Amino acid sequence: MSPETPAGNVWPIWEVFVRSSRGLSHVHAGSLHAPDAAMALRNARDLYTRRNEGVSIWVVPADAIASSDPDAKGAFFESPQGKDYRHATYYTKSEGVKHL
Amino acid sequence: MASQTLQSVPAEGTPGRQEISAEEAARHEAEGQAYFDRVMAEDSRIEPRDWMPAAYRKTLIRQISQHAHSEIIGMQPEANWISRAPSLKRKAILMAKVQDEAGHGLYLYSAAETLGQPRDQMMQDLMDGKAKYSSIFNYPARTWADMGAIGWMVDGAAIANQVPLCRASFGPYGRAMVRVCKEESFHQRQGFEILLELSHGTPEQKQMAQEAVNRWYAPALMMFGPPDDDSPNSKQSMAWNIKRFSNDELRNRFVGMMMEQVKVLDLTLPDKDIRFNEETKKWEHGPLDWDEFHEVLKGRGPCNAQRLERRREAHENGTWVREAAAAYAAKQAKKQAEEEAA
Repeated sequence: MSPETPAGNVWPIWEVFVRSSRGLSHVHAGSLHAPDAAMALRNARDLYTRRNEGVSIWVVPADAIASSDPDAKGAFFESPQGKDYRHATYYTKSEGVKHL
Repeated sequence: MASQTLQSVPAEGTPGRQEISAEEAARHEAEGQAYFDRVMAEDSRIEPRDWMPAAYRKTLIRQISQHAHSEIIGMQPEANWISRAPSLKRKAILMAKVQDEAGHGLYLYSAAETLGQPRDQMMQDLMDGKAKYSSIFNYPARTWADMGAIGWMVDGAAIANQVPLCRASFGPYGRAMVRVCKEESFHQRQGFEILLELSHGTPEQKQMAQEAVNRWYAPALMMFGPPDDDSPNSKQSMAWNIKRFSNDELRNRFVGMMMEQVKVLDLTLPDKDIRFNEETKKWEHGPLDWDEFHEVLKGRGPCNAQRLERRREAHENGTWVREAAAAYAAKQAKKQAEEEAA
């Protein structure tokens, strides 16, 4: 679970996700530097939940996250384009019909 | 998010970076600029891995890192008063405030890191005296009333400056500012309360409060930066939707707010020229000593040397902690690897 510590004393970057209250998802709050997962969690608590902002924290090594390619977002997200029929609002003939 | 380090998976059918010719690179650049211009025109947000002009990136790294340094150096004038705060409650409040400043510095360093600037480099530049930070923190905090004046006026000016930055075009900067602004309002109110209690105390206490207000008034107004006709970078920053209002606009608005609030404190602002201009519908203030501002910014203020020395000392004193934590992490990782291998 510990990412490679780069040369010197530069601690790796961790991304922090906080669940603000029960019933909600963890949401990205920010990032921080820490030498290992235990320290990352403690730092995250001190940095992102000083005012009761969370009931649970996840920390993830930043280099463990795979992301879509920002330069290819057009092609990557092309499929849903023009497919309005995937939305309820596409179907207008039923307007006025109750409970539909 | 420190997106520079994220591993992106190339979309199917897109060429790998190594296959791109000079021609394609130029086209990529033109497409990037067009996308960037569209984002600016729509007043939308740029995210770390979007194409952006080199000058935009450089301006943001400079501005966000200077902002981070200001938070970190800003811990010093107040930390200095923790041991002398007049009650346990005041000590606890001041500690929470100083801890917030450290947090604000870290949010901002994170935002700057998404632009590809390592935090260690930024911190080193600060310690080497190569980086700037807000001129305000090079003035000494002489009495307990200065804790009030700093909270009310310095944090007040910071909020006036930072609220529009929540809408800055660079996503991570705006998001960091939202968090900072939420926390700053406690800072300003606690400062106001310190001054209010002093101004309604003994005549000596009231005088102490007035003197602190007198000391911090001009430096607080100068926090908004030089006058508009002497602020060469402002125009570009406004075109890039980083800055939303000019230095003078924000300063004048701030003066108006102070004028109302100072009445509640039953104190006065040390400026006889403050007036509301009926024609322009704007507040105006007396002349400020911009030579002093530039001197302090160049490192020749009352506390510059002391602040940097203290920062270097704190960093050096923390070396063993950083080394121990890294050594422990390495040892645990090795142990874990051995257990997994066995």
